[in-house]
Amino acid sequence: MEIDPNLQRRGFLQCMTWAGTAMVWTVAAGVPRSRIIGSAEAATTDFTFVQISDSHLGFDKAANPDVTSTLKQALDDVDALKKKPSFMIHTGDITHLSKPAQFDTASQLCGATKLTMHTVPGEHDVLEEDGKSYLNRFGKGAKGDGWYSFNDGGVHFIGLVNVMNLQANGLGSLGNDQLEWLENDVKNLTASTPIVVFAHVPLWMVYKEWGWGTSDGAQALSYLKKFGSVTVLNGHIHQVMQKVEGQVAFHTARSTAFPQPAPGTAKSPGPMVVPAGELKAYLGIANVSLVSSKAPLAIVDTPLAG
Amino acid sequence: MSEVVEPGSIARRLLLRRAVGVTALVLVAGRNNRARAADAEVVIDNFTFSPSPLTVKVGTTVTWENRDDMPHSVVFPVTKVKSPAMDTDGSFKHTFDQPGTFDYVCGMHPFMRGQVVVQA
Repeated sequence: MEIDPNLQRRGFLQCMTWAGTAMVWTVAAGVPRSRIIGSAEAATTDFTFVQISDSHLGFDKAANPDVTSTLKQALDDVDALKKKPSFMIHTGDITHLSKPAQFDTASQLCGATKLTMHTVPGEHDVLEEDGKSYLNRFGKGAKGDGWYSFNDGGVHFIGLVNVMNLQANGLGSLGNDQLEWLENDVKNLTASTPIVVFAHVPLWMVYKEWGWGTSDGAQALSYLKKFGSVTVLNGHIHQVMQKVEGQVAFHTARSTAFPQPAPGTAKSPGPMVVPAGELKAYLGIANVSLVSSKAPLAIVDTPLAG
Repeated sequence: MSEVVEPGSIARRLLLRRAVGVTALVLVAGRNNRARAADAEVVIDNFTFSPSPLTVKVGTTVTWENRDDMPHSVVFPVTKVKSPAMDTDGSFKHTFDQPGTFDYVCGMHPFMRGQVVVQA
């Protein structure tokens, strides 16, 4: 890990470009904190849940020819947690091509954890039948294209769908129906209720040249202004990024399948190939790189030491 | 007219189609001395459509071939022509029957843009 002290002073974006583990979230005093599974697990009685993302079941190219086993490995890590989490969130791209067999594998592997799964679709999950193959399996009780909310551990959780109508500008979008639903969903909650929003494509603008943002994400966040603690969890970009803006903390999760390059560091956002035989060596080991950013960014916590 | 070609049969079919295309061209040219629109191909590589813009004659069948290790699609927002997701080595064909300038994007990565110019 190399850190340019100047960059660090100015504020930087910290990216962990490796794949394969889950993120454990602990909510203490209404504020969710993240931790990579495998890092020191303190004894806790706090409410915890797990986030995994971008499993891309069915992908078999050079960047990871066996995405099933890396997902399984991540789930084994979840299983091994001393404190059983309340549930697991999957922030989308469960499958690579929305094929029934790929969804089946996901259900089977995730089901083996015996944890309740809360999912939102990625653009790879809605390639067939306008997303019905996803909704029929994971959309039970959801509204519209698969959005919903629930309460657990004193936290109000909101799952949003921003991959159905990707815009000509390349960005994710929520659409008016969903925005209206969101506004109503949170209207009667007290401002002290901790809010966790999860969606596939980042709700904040990570890198618009690669479509890593949501065109109407700011409008969604405007409905959450009154709340004292808002945490936004996303996937899609296959690397960890964190940012705090006012009372809102944004996080993206790594993929359980393969890494993608940091914004602008490659010609395209395609899968990053690590040398043959070394992918597993990347699992659970931080390969930290820094990317300078025009806007100052704060690190909420460093999920992995060393 | 649009058609999806399964990855496994691409090479053989492209070869066959090229052979048929050449024969047809000779026959038509021999009969009325007018060049027939040749087929054209757009390659998707590294999240880029190439060539773009692509200029063709009316009646041309354009084949998009995905050489990336991520799936892509072809979506024409105006004419509503839309391919399914093409995985690696997958392809999609569309015949342009009308002249005009047609912009398209990848439905999964809409920051990928392309253009087909169809001349009368």
